[in-house]
Amino acid sequence: MSDTDGHPDGPGHGDPDPEELAHTVEELERKSATASRLFDVRRMIGGLFVVYGVILVVVGAFDSDAEVAKAADVRINLWTGLGMLALGLFFLGWQLLRPMRPPSAEELAEAMEGGPRPDGH
Amino acid sequence: MHPLAAELRLDTNALDYVIMALYFVVVLGIGFLARRSVKTSLDFFLSGRSMPAWITGLAFISANLGATEILGMAANSAQYGVYTTHWYWIGAIPAMVFLGLVMMPFYYGSKVRSVPEFLLHRYDRGAHLLSSVLFSFAAVLIAGVNLYAMAIVVEALLGWPEWVAIVVSAAVVLVYITLGGLSSAVYNEVLQFFVIIAALLPLTILALKHVGGWDGLSDTLTESRGGDFMTAWGGTGIGSDNPLGANWLTIVLGLGFVLSFGYWTTNFAEVQRALSARNLSAARRTPLIGAYPKVFIVFLVMIPGLAAAALVPEIGTSGSDLTYNDSIPFLMEQLLPNGMLGVAVTGLLAAFMAGMAANVSSFNTVFTTDIWEPYVKRGRTDAYYLRFGRIITVAGVAASVGTAFIASSFSNIMSYLQTLFSFFNVPMFVVFIIGMFWKRTSVKSGFWGLLVGTVAAMLNYFWIYKQDVISIPSDQGANFVSAIVGFVAGAVVMVIVTAFTKPKPAEQLAGLVYGTRSPGMSEPPAEGDDAWYRSPALLGWGVIVLAALCYLPFSF
Repeated sequence: MSDTDGHPDGPGHGDPDPEELAHTVEELERKSATASRLFDVRRMIGGLFVVYGVILVVVGAFDSDAEVAKAADVRINLWTGLGMLALGLFFLGWQLLRPMRPPSAEELAEAMEGGPRPDGH
Repeated sequence: MHPLAAELRLDTNALDYVIMALYFVVVLGIGFLARRSVKTSLDFFLSGRSMPAWITGLAFISANLGATEILGMAANSAQYGVYTTHWYWIGAIPAMVFLGLVMMPFYYGSKVRSVPEFLLHRYDRGAHLLSSVLFSFAAVLIAGVNLYAMAIVVEALLGWPEWVAIVVSAAVVLVYITLGGLSSAVYNEVLQFFVIIAALLPLTILALKHVGGWDGLSDTLTESRGGDFMTAWGGTGIGSDNPLGANWLTIVLGLGFVLSFGYWTTNFAEVQRALSARNLSAARRTPLIGAYPKVFIVFLVMIPGLAAAALVPEIGTSGSDLTYNDSIPFLMEQLLPNGMLGVAVTGLLAAFMAGMAANVSSFNTVFTTDIWEPYVKRGRTDAYYLRFGRIITVAGVAASVGTAFIASSFSNIMSYLQTLFSFFNVPMFVVFIIGMFWKRTSVKSGFWGLLVGTVAAMLNYFWIYKQDVISIPSDQGANFVSAIVGFVAGAVVMVIVTAFTKPKPAEQLAGLVYGTRSPGMSEPPAEGDDAWYRSPALLGWGVIVLAALCYLPFSF
């Protein structure tokens, strides 16, 4: 908790003590839920880019000659779509091959008791 | 900021709007999903210091990749040519490497939650409060200016009224940051990074093809703008004349050293991303991982700017409706078919939101942990500060919406204010660098260095330059000189004040001054972080060499 128990708070002693602030942060780090509860962003990026990629590839396949001519004679929707699809699949594949490591039961128990955090803090 | 030319209205259709809508759904979804991971104030303000390096690294660069930066650097290229590379290769990379290799152990190891908090540890509450208040004002102001800039672009491209664009995007940023805190800001920044690249890369390729490749572009512009336009250093000899109004010395010292180190190493909107990393190694790698894309992003903004200058030779003059800022929107209108057009508009919107969200998420942190918690309501529970952080996010977004509306009626005042606040990073950097490398630096000198340095830079810009006491050919050149003045003035005052006041006791300097260590700096590397390709020194020196190599083709 970020209270300031036992800290002299009168005039002249008003500066928060650096060591105490560092302790507060350590304490909060132990209680933090980000590492254990936050979802994997690779799934979101991968999902959105696959959807974008598919849309653009389909649109690009049916682009009219006028549209291709506008884009300096490049089927830009098709190429961009393929690129985005590839990036999306890369993120989904990466996430499948190297999933975020959920903390083990032992580490969770340690965290509950206020022990060191999984990554060695 | 000038209103964009009316002919820039894009021929968007339902497909483009579907692409935009999908993006907004995902952005908000990230906010809602991130909410359950916010348990403490540290989760809200710094993602519990638990993010992996690749995420913080991409967020670090994305926070800088706001649309004002993208449109502004394309404009810079249309106006000044290849000189724009200086803002990247010398004006960003060395500072980012310095942050990662030299400064990060002090920042991350001291467990501070913000840049001003570091000043509290090294100096006193005077320096702390001054920097916190200035930073808070600047962050809200810049967020507002971002919103306004977006509203102008969206009005020109899509025909939405300005207030609709301002309210809608402010609401989206508000929702995802209030719910998920820094985690959703950072996650969205990573997503934005890829969307922005997906928008700019195809546009750059088409623009280049359209003007006849690099050779065609180079020939056209060399003919119309002179040989120096396509070089990085041509005409920058001291005493010689060039459109930038700066010589190699002011470029290296003003832009490459003072301005860039000030921005990249002490601007909390950037440093916050690194402080959310999961360990010291990841924190050090954050700016280094960001530096690699930064080396190449310059091509994605410079080539469109150059192409616009080649296609519309009168751009930016009274002979054309187009201003330099219109370079990218102009090419979008000319070259992109529906579909890709939707991606490009989404990329611009993403960039505006990235720029705004970085400021909002750093503002709520500084206001809560550096102003409210130590000086207004001390000793409350963590749940109180978490709740306060959410409330102040709402207040900050509301204030930036207000700023945006004020900007729409007084845009000159806004650009003035923006310049004014830009001078505040420079003395911040002086105070950091002297305090970090000179043990004797007294606690009182921080406040005075900050104050005098800021005032001196402003005086130089607004009095000596604007009132023509000394003639400097361009605003950019004057910026560089003002930054150098602010740096020197701040440094001199710090040395004088230090000579007459007490140093900080040596035992309180551990982990704050170069050559000392704190317990937080000696943590062993986590499993896997000792791999050679994760070595900060290798990553850092590698990107410096890469940036130097990139200069070669543009230097001779």
